[in-house]
Amino acid sequence: MDLATFLIQCLNSLQYGLLLFLVASGLTLIFGIMGVINLAHGSFYMIGAYMAYALAPLVAGSIGGGFFTTLVVGLVLAVLLGYVLEWAFFSFLYEREHLQQVLMTYGLILVFEELRSLLVGDDVHGVKPPEILAGSLPLGELMTYPVYRLFISGVCLALALGMYLVFTRTRLGMMIRAGATNREMVQSLGVDIKFLYRVVFAAGVAIAVLAGMVAAPVSSVYPGMGNTVLIICFVVVVIGGIGSIRGALLAALLIGFVDTFGKVLLPQAAGVLVYVLMALILLWKPDGLFRAG
Amino acid sequence: MSGVPASRALFVLGAFALLTLFPLGAGSFGIDLITKVMIYAVFALSLELLVGSTGLVCFGQAAFFGLGAYATYWLTPADAAPSLAWLLPSCMALAAAYALFVGALSLRTKGVYFIMVTLAFAQMAYYVVHDTPLGGGTDGVYLNHKPVLGALLDLDKPLALYGFTLACLVGVFVFLALLLRSRFGRALAGIRVNERRMRATGFSTYPYKLAAFVISGAIAGLAGFLFAVKDGFVNPELLSWHLSGAVLIMIILGGLGHLRGALIGAFAFAMLQEFFKSEAVFGSFARHWLLGLGLAIIASVALLPRGLVGVPAQVRERLWGARGDAAAEVDDEPG
Repeated sequence: MDLATFLIQCLNSLQYGLLLFLVASGLTLIFGIMGVINLAHGSFYMIGAYMAYALAPLVAGSIGGGFFTTLVVGLVLAVLLGYVLEWAFFSFLYEREHLQQVLMTYGLILVFEELRSLLVGDDVHGVKPPEILAGSLPLGELMTYPVYRLFISGVCLALALGMYLVFTRTRLGMMIRAGATNREMVQSLGVDIKFLYRVVFAAGVAIAVLAGMVAAPVSSVYPGMGNTVLIICFVVVVIGGIGSIRGALLAALLIGFVDTFGKVLLPQAAGVLVYVLMALILLWKPDGLFRAG
Repeated sequence: MSGVPASRALFVLGAFALLTLFPLGAGSFGIDLITKVMIYAVFALSLELLVGSTGLVCFGQAAFFGLGAYATYWLTPADAAPSLAWLLPSCMALAAAYALFVGALSLRTKGVYFIMVTLAFAQMAYYVVHDTPLGGGTDGVYLNHKPVLGALLDLDKPLALYGFTLACLVGVFVFLALLLRSRFGRALAGIRVNERRMRATGFSTYPYKLAAFVISGAIAGLAGFLFAVKDGFVNPELLSWHLSGAVLIMIILGGLGHLRGALIGAFAFAMLQEFFKSEAVFGSFARHWLLGLGLAIIASVALLPRGLVGVPAQVRERLWGARGDAAAEVDDEPG
């Protein structure tokens, strides 16, 4: 492997890892703060990707505008979706056992997947990146690297930073952290914990939908894409330590590199590598790399 | 078995009696369907031992099921029908061996981590049969011959397979019912309720959990073997996490902590599937059967927090407000 190929694979790993982090961060937040195992999280990623495909013509037809307008419209819809879902399906689950939540969210996966099939069909679709980002940067003498992939990494990094700031530097972040530690206490201090949970859930959904929309031009859009992402994201969350955003970031990057380089260097074993990595890490540290306090 | 209320014993006996009589009045479609349901029930029972009885949520049960099925393919010779007498124990032993390996490592973790590690090991097995020459490819492979037991039993005949599957189901049910009433079963219940206290009273819990894990793997392997023989075909989907999820759904739907919950759950799950897939009821919309199944699952979570097993108690509470009795009903008595 020469230097340019190596560099390209590094950039790919980084981009894949950061994208995984976006989806996984919502998952780890919802689990860490609300204590809900949300199997349907992968469906939100899938919904995002399909929004990038199906909303684009609608947005262009009604209000005009291209990729970025679609992103904004998609985000607004995602927040609404998350808010309504939390109200309808999750708000009564907090007191129940984890397994009941697993059952409920498994049901939701089936429903989302079939609604997608009814509304958009079962075909594989490509999504074009926006004009401005469609080019490639030269890398070395022969290689080029698509600008759009750099854009994905940039968006993910910006969001990661934003999340970090909200959590550590704002009053909202403080309330969320407190609510994760002791729900009753925070409630008795006058914070509307139900509303807070709803906000966290909506934010988690919006981030996953955004990840799906941004990833659509690279990954294409296909049935079942949510499930693949879901399982990998669970691996990320567990390796990183449940509820830990920092851990999720590190684990996502680790998986990004192992998976990308695995596909290049050991194509036969690429599928297994991620799981071997996870098993090894958990045998070494049974609570993941960073255990959230 | 003195602690079992008559109504429950009657329910289980009645169910097995119905299953015995069923072939008298059923066509080949019915026989095939109920054979499948009974295989699911064996599979669900294997997971019930872990989740409902021991409190270990395994999200990779399909690995043992799939390995049992693949072992059937690997061990079936090309030129003659194998004998059930050695083939079945070998398939179960292979599944149990993988369960020993997975259990020994994954039981070091707890809770959600345990769920994920078992999933990871199942995914490894999945990729081994999916991507390597061992598995015969993505599309799966056919068995050359179906097993026989001398001239007594030929599992290629649907009725013979039905009878054998029923015998396996009854055998597994009785075995687990006795196991859970033994000292070993009590120790598992203790681990489920409070593992720390069990350790404090001097039980080394790890060997108990590992033994339960291996037994569960062997039973799942039995179910996989039956499934492979029924279809005469194995494919990597038998090890997929979808199946691990589906079997978990079956036992939750039926009601955790009761062996009969696994039976009811497997039956209800398969019937819901058939119902929503039926073109007679839904016409062309039957293509989207998963939508109905998903909605039914969501409704069951919202309305039946204790699973289908808890329905009679729920009805009693509604009618007479008999909360005290109902609470006694839900407890730990397996069966």
